[in-house]
Amino acid sequence: MKVVNTLVKSIDGLGIMKGRKAYTDDFAEKDSLIVKVLRSPHPFAKIVKIDDLEAKKLMGIEMVLTHKDFKRIPFTRAGQGYPEPSPHDKFVLDEYVRYIGDEVLAVVGVSDEVCQKALDLIKVEYEVLNPILDFEIAKDNEIIIHPEPEIHEMFDIGFKPKRNIAASYGMEIGDVKKTLESCDYVIKETFYTQAQAHVMLEPHTVNARMDYMNRIVIFSATQTPFHVRRIISQGLEIPMSKIRVIKPRVGGGFGGKQAIHGEMLVAYVTYKTGKPAKMIYTRKEVFESTYSRHPMRIDISLGADKDGNLKVIDCLGLSDTGAYGEHALTVFMVTGSKVLPLYNKVDSVRFAGDIVYTNHTPAGAFRGYGAIQGNFALESAIDILCKKMKIDPIAFRQKNMMKEKETSPIFAIMGEGTAGTAMNMETCKLEECVERGMELIDWKNKYPRIETEDKIRSVGMAIAMQGSGIPYIDMGSATIKLNDDGFYNLMVGATEIGQGSDTVLTQIAAEELMTDVEKVIIYSSDTDLTPFDVGAYASSTTYVSGNAVKRAAKELKEQMLIEAARIFAVKVEDIDFNGETFKVDNTDKEMSLIDFSNQITYSHEQKQLQVTSSYVGHKSPPPFMAGFIEIEIDKETFEIDILNYVSVVDCGTTINPMLAKGQVDGAIIQGLGMAHFEDVIYTKNGKLISGDMLNYKIPTRLDVKKLTTVFVDSYEESGPFGAKSVGEIGIDTPPAALANAVDNALGIRIKDLPITSEKIFKEMRRKNNE
Amino acid sequence: MIKGMEIKEYIAPKTISETYSLLSESKSNKVIAGGAWIKISFKHVDKLISLDNLALDYIKEDNESFVIGAMTTLRAIETHGGLKQLASGILSQAIGSVMGINIRNIATIGGSIMGKFAFSDLLGVLLVLDAKLVFFKAGDVSIYDFVEMTKVPEDILLEIKLKKDNLKGYFKKISKTHLDFAILNIAITKRDNFKIAVGSRPNIAKLAIDTANYLNSQKTIDEETIENAVEIAGNEIKLGDNLRGSKEYREVLMKTYLKRGIREVVK
Amino acid sequence: MKINLKVNGIDKTFLIQKNEYLLDVLRRNDYPSVRRGCDNTSCGVCTVLLDGKPVPSCSVLAIRCENKIITTVEGIEKEAEKLAKHFGELGADQCGFCNPSMALTVYSLKLENKEANEEEIKNYLVGNLCRCTGYVAQHEAIKRYLGDES
Repeated sequence: MKVVNTLVKSIDGLGIMKGRKAYTDDFAEKDSLIVKVLRSPHPFAKIVKIDDLEAKKLMGIEMVLTHKDFKRIPFTRAGQGYPEPSPHDKFVLDEYVRYIGDEVLAVVGVSDEVCQKALDLIKVEYEVLNPILDFEIAKDNEIIIHPEPEIHEMFDIGFKPKRNIAASYGMEIGDVKKTLESCDYVIKETFYTQAQAHVMLEPHTVNARMDYMNRIVIFSATQTPFHVRRIISQGLEIPMSKIRVIKPRVGGGFGGKQAIHGEMLVAYVTYKTGKPAKMIYTRKEVFESTYSRHPMRIDISLGADKDGNLKVIDCLGLSDTGAYGEHALTVFMVTGSKVLPLYNKVDSVRFAGDIVYTNHTPAGAFRGYGAIQGNFALESAIDILCKKMKIDPIAFRQKNMMKEKETSPIFAIMGEGTAGTAMNMETCKLEECVERGMELIDWKNKYPRIETEDKIRSVGMAIAMQGSGIPYIDMGSATIKLNDDGFYNLMVGATEIGQGSDTVLTQIAAEELMTDVEKVIIYSSDTDLTPFDVGAYASSTTYVSGNAVKRAAKELKEQMLIEAARIFAVKVEDIDFNGETFKVDNTDKEMSLIDFSNQITYSHEQKQLQVTSSYVGHKSPPPFMAGFIEIEIDKETFEIDILNYVSVVDCGTTINPMLAKGQVDGAIIQGLGMAHFEDVIYTKNGKLISGDMLNYKIPTRLDVKKLTTVFVDSYEESGPFGAKSVGEIGIDTPPAALANAVDNALGIRIKDLPITSEKIFKEMRRKNNE
Repeated sequence: MIKGMEIKEYIAPKTISETYSLLSESKSNKVIAGGAWIKISFKHVDKLISLDNLALDYIKEDNESFVIGAMTTLRAIETHGGLKQLASGILSQAIGSVMGINIRNIATIGGSIMGKFAFSDLLGVLLVLDAKLVFFKAGDVSIYDFVEMTKVPEDILLEIKLKKDNLKGYFKKISKTHLDFAILNIAITKRDNFKIAVGSRPNIAKLAIDTANYLNSQKTIDEETIENAVEIAGNEIKLGDNLRGSKEYREVLMKTYLKRGIREVVK
Repeated sequence: MKINLKVNGIDKTFLIQKNEYLLDVLRRNDYPSVRRGCDNTSCGVCTVLLDGKPVPSCSVLAIRCENKIITTVEGIEKEAEKLAKHFGELGADQCGFCNPSMALTVYSLKLENKEANEEEIKNYLVGNLCRCTGYVAQHEAIKRYLGDES
């Protein structure tokens, strides 16, 4: 391979470093109207009266929008395949507000300042309702968070709003109860995970204007431009043909931009007034009024026989979707479907539970998408079981975990929102990942702990899997055209959000076309100009969109050969093309690509050569990894120093090894954030205290001493040049690995995230008092 | 954009007396120093009075002392060669643990003192260095008296004086990440006598006077006296809860790092 | 009201509000490289050089910048190019939202301490958060940048 799996620099790094206009707000019209939202101070209330007379009189206030301005069309903000597996339970504005930070109304004015003044002048009278702030009492509570009659599900997702259930799911293979009874060893544990925040550095940003064709053009920092177009069209009843969504450079997403946020209000304002409008979320709004990760409670039972065979996994979950049900079902299903197959030799496995409404900030998509929650529970439980059985946790994993060419019945049963797809693991280098990881962390010498006077050093580990797109749902497309002078344009709907997909897709095209990355000019993404792609989520871009790019490049090459054969008046089979030159076999006839492209553009039966091709996955080959952590704990204060995190990853071929490493490194730090640093704290009334960056602390560059990230050799036949996904897999292992390391150090088990020093201290004190 | 502070007028006087009379005019007139925390400090201000033109940005050093102008940035203090030597460099260390250098390039020592922030890592160190604050009207005020005052005086802080005692020092900040406020911070100095301060308790830094007196009265400092001292500190220093840590956890931190700190300075 | 300042070597006069921060004034006047991240000095993406020193422009009142010298990444283009080269070669680029602020801070580090070791690099840049990269590749790239000849 010439371009793929080599050290290719990101194609956009120079311009980005130099600060060129690139991100959504850089393209806002100078005279944009500002849209500002008044946000609910109550976790649950009915709006009784809005007095906006004084505000409307202010010079520079264009309008005040309330729920009365919008037709009651329920929709979901989740950017997912259509029809969505999320309930349509949201209105642009509603007479109910369901969490602190929910949208009450919007003011629209010529400046931020006048909007602020207007907000100060508006008086809203609320009927304050009792909220549900504890997701464990939400189900069948007498308080009903969504009483409105219009809301609905698109197909059966177990939506029961009268019971505060946004969705529910259940499946069982074998007979869990019977198998548990037959086991020699059984453990049952309960785990809790917190509402982690994405904290992408670019806040949610959108702006819009009407163009000279009288169409609305929306720039949005989104992961899913095509879904944004569809949802706006549905929610505002603007014909889809009138809407153009452009996704410029995005300053990080992590799932937090896999939904619409300010888009609906800004689009409405521009469409209604004909004037450009914009909205940038404050950081407080990003925390309080977009999304978090779904907090979950996971009850897990494991059973094994005395020979060390894991026989059964029973996993019952409860997920808190907050005030609205975006991604409720699918995140929950991934908690099972991309975790439980890790141990595929069990006789029985059950996965079931509800996703309930509460009066908290809604939860949504977030890198890991349920798998990190499930992984924390399962991989913690495996260590607990091994401790009980007095067997080595790595040997136990090696015996029971998924191996190459094997499968799990779960794949066929569980998809995302629907049934799944059976598949064998054509590539699964988990064994190698575990072995390499043990060497790199020096497990044999360090497990379980080394004690010094003040400190204990320990190691812990976990294994993980993810997916590569959603089979039969995620579709990506690519258009490639040949230009005169012999270079190509590559248009993709796939969304670069900082993960490097523009570079990776360019490499795939260049590899297939046997040329250099400089000859392939990528553009992403614009609903008018680029072909459809579901967007950047579900670890799909390299695998799904990458396959589409490869296919399009291959087809374009075929067309080029046909044209070259025509020009030379020979058969297609007689033409040889090496990326630069067409040669006729057994002759000295040849033509450079540049000559060829110029001829068919200007002088010889001219035509534009262009191909659009699509790809929809028929399976979702999981990447696998083993994660190993080494920590040092202070014996008195239990402060934790993270000394090293070893990640050994099987993601198939790394199209761009440097960028792949960056994906894993970044995900590990984000996962360690969830594992140890990122505490989510509410007041008694449901207000997020950790709702800004002074109080919600993501890891800094000084907080993790070392990352060691390596890839094992692997080639996934179905992926582009052997690639699987790598975007999410890195985030899954840190919580369980850390919990296991803490247990290995101190003999205590922390089962709720984050694992802070204070929690360890309290658990140690409890243990010592026993 | 977040809601801005309301300012009726901005003035940058050229003399201290003018600055003082502007400040005295009204309770709604406020002084801005570096401005690093201005967003969490003020909402409405009639006259925002800048100290930018008063030439208060300096560090002077002679044989006996350092004199630091109130408008000297934290970064300038942190990197000052002489101050790095003072009391094992604890001032430099404490300041170096405050947020990032971009903030330390605007935040001033005067603003950091006058803000009397409960989370301050600086105040405890100034307490154990026995700093003198020099005010325009009130003249010299010890940092101890200043911290103990219930209200920040309506006065202009001009400079901070630090004696060049040959002190041994210890500073420890415990925080969740390197950019977070402290769960607790501890500062200790010793030459002949001990001085011990505990900050971010979560309340403002406080001198542990009884603890220091006890240690000062001991002929030798051994593990037993250290244990006793820690117990005295537990009684005299009130700890509490906030989102960064509970009272109980702070107790453990205080106990542990007092011990370690005392051991360190008697080495 | 008006303020006069020098931005990237050019004298400028901007119309400002008394309570406006430098970040908003710069963005409004077409310096898109100065970015809004957290609103409260926590993230570092709004960093500019003020009289040569990195500061969070989100918390500097514009009114205090009369006659000051402001440098955005556009003012250190050659340095940004050098850093970009190393970022590219080591895969330190991801979303890039923080990259211009990183370039300014790293440039300032180079002027202060060209010999900085990894620990000093981390300490100098701790106020520049990144949620994408895990920092490792950045540190490698910054070491190479500091080691560059000129």
